[in-house]
Amino acid sequence: MANTVGFAHAASTQLDDTARSLFGDAPIETGRVTVKMPPIAENGYSVPIDISVESPMTADDHVTRIAIISERNPVATIAQFHLSPQSGLAHVSTRIRLAGTQDVLVVAEMNDGSLWSATTEIVVTLAACIIL
Amino acid sequence: MSGIRIAAPKTATPGQVIELKALIQHPMESGFRRGSRGEEIPRNIIKIFECLYDDSVVFQADFFPSVSANPFLTFHLRATHSATLEFRWTDQHGVESSQKSELTVE
Amino acid sequence: MIARRAFMLSLLYVAACNQPETDRALPDLPREDTRSGYTFLTPETQALQDDAFANPGFLWVDRGEAMFKASSNVSHSCASCHAQGDLDLSRAAAEHPKYDARSARLVNLEGRINLCRERHQNAAPFAYETAELLSITAYVASLSQGVPVQVEIPAQMETAYQQGRDYFFTRRGQMNLSCSQCHDDNWGQKLRGDTISQGHGNGFPAYRLEWQALGSLHRRFRDCDAGVRAEPYAYGSDIYVALELYLAKRAEGLAMETPAVRR
Repeated sequence: MANTVGFAHAASTQLDDTARSLFGDAPIETGRVTVKMPPIAENGYSVPIDISVESPMTADDHVTRIAIISERNPVATIAQFHLSPQSGLAHVSTRIRLAGTQDVLVVAEMNDGSLWSATTEIVVTLAACIIL
Repeated sequence: MSGIRIAAPKTATPGQVIELKALIQHPMESGFRRGSRGEEIPRNIIKIFECLYDDSVVFQADFFPSVSANPFLTFHLRATHSATLEFRWTDQHGVESSQKSELTVE
Repeated sequence: MIARRAFMLSLLYVAACNQPETDRALPDLPREDTRSGYTFLTPETQALQDDAFANPGFLWVDRGEAMFKASSNVSHSCASCHAQGDLDLSRAAAEHPKYDARSARLVNLEGRINLCRERHQNAAPFAYETAELLSITAYVASLSQGVPVQVEIPAQMETAYQQGRDYFFTRRGQMNLSCSQCHDDNWGQKLRGDTISQGHGNGFPAYRLEWQALGSLHRRFRDCDAGVRAEPYAYGSDIYVALELYLAKRAEGLAMETPAVRR
């Protein structure tokens, strides 16, 4: 019973705990990060994700790191990207696996240590025919 | 590791930000799946992707089991001088696959 | 006597239940309704298929192209013959399965490639669903991209065509479902999270998100059979090639899409 009640809380704790383990205790602000994902994914094995972070990408002001974190996957960290002023543009896209409908958290770390984020909800539908 | 596809421009103007794309054939077996007889399918994933520009790493991606099979990446680079671009993947056993592309900046 | 007759009748009844039921009077999918599986995908999956760089099916096509041009392990390369105009392959995938007069059999594209290896390249056939056979089939099929499916059914192949059609209309498995009940009667409807397609093969070999890999049409058949809890047939079996022929006839006019992306 306790498990059922605690599930939603446990899931969002996964986002929080993982972000803290990757980035430490600095405050994580909402903003500067734009994430594009389909609202509904027809298959959880391959979901397109496109991330851009507002930044001039100069030596003085640039994104150093971007992490994609899952609320429900067995390994919470999905991918991490390391950028530099040489990147020119903080814009990355890839394809990821999502074990069901959930929130996906993207955190960007700037060279001044500040942390910015966006949370995106995505519905992952189940295949019609289950072949196991 | 076998098939690799790279999309990189051959030329750029100084300071131009170019888009780079990389795709590699790999199952990215998560380690959480079971086969038809219930046996565990062992994890087999690429851990690191690096893009080297003139031999220094300018972009790195760390992969975990939730990156899709046949991993695909798009990222960017500020072109400053003519040099070799190298795209390099390293799997969990330390095995490397790479492909190079020449970039002329003028 | 009466009891004996009842017993015999019940045996007949059991026999009738075990007999696959095919209603040959059922209509084929109307030509004007024919739609590719592509049209049932989400815009994101369509975009992946349309992306000539990121479509992962091209990883197999690239390898197939290299194999096609290579002369190692074969007496001479595929390209050394097929570069000539009369052996042009630009319609091959759209026109298979095809009758092979020399073996008097119906062969699909995979079978044709393996016959070529044995007859002209002094090489052993590739096993079905290996990376090698999938890659070379995907490359050859990609040469037909955009070509409408069009198959001939010579007199020798009418029986095979009818067997393939019967397979499509026969209920099977624990779920007692025929292909037709989903793909003729209910295409466009929702089944859990999926939209049911018309079950065409014009994109195969295709990259399926479910497989996270490229696979053959026979792998798709096997998944469908397992999905209705029926025993799948072997890769490359005659009945699956016959089913391929019926499906190709049914899909006539649809453009080849290999390497397509499917759910």
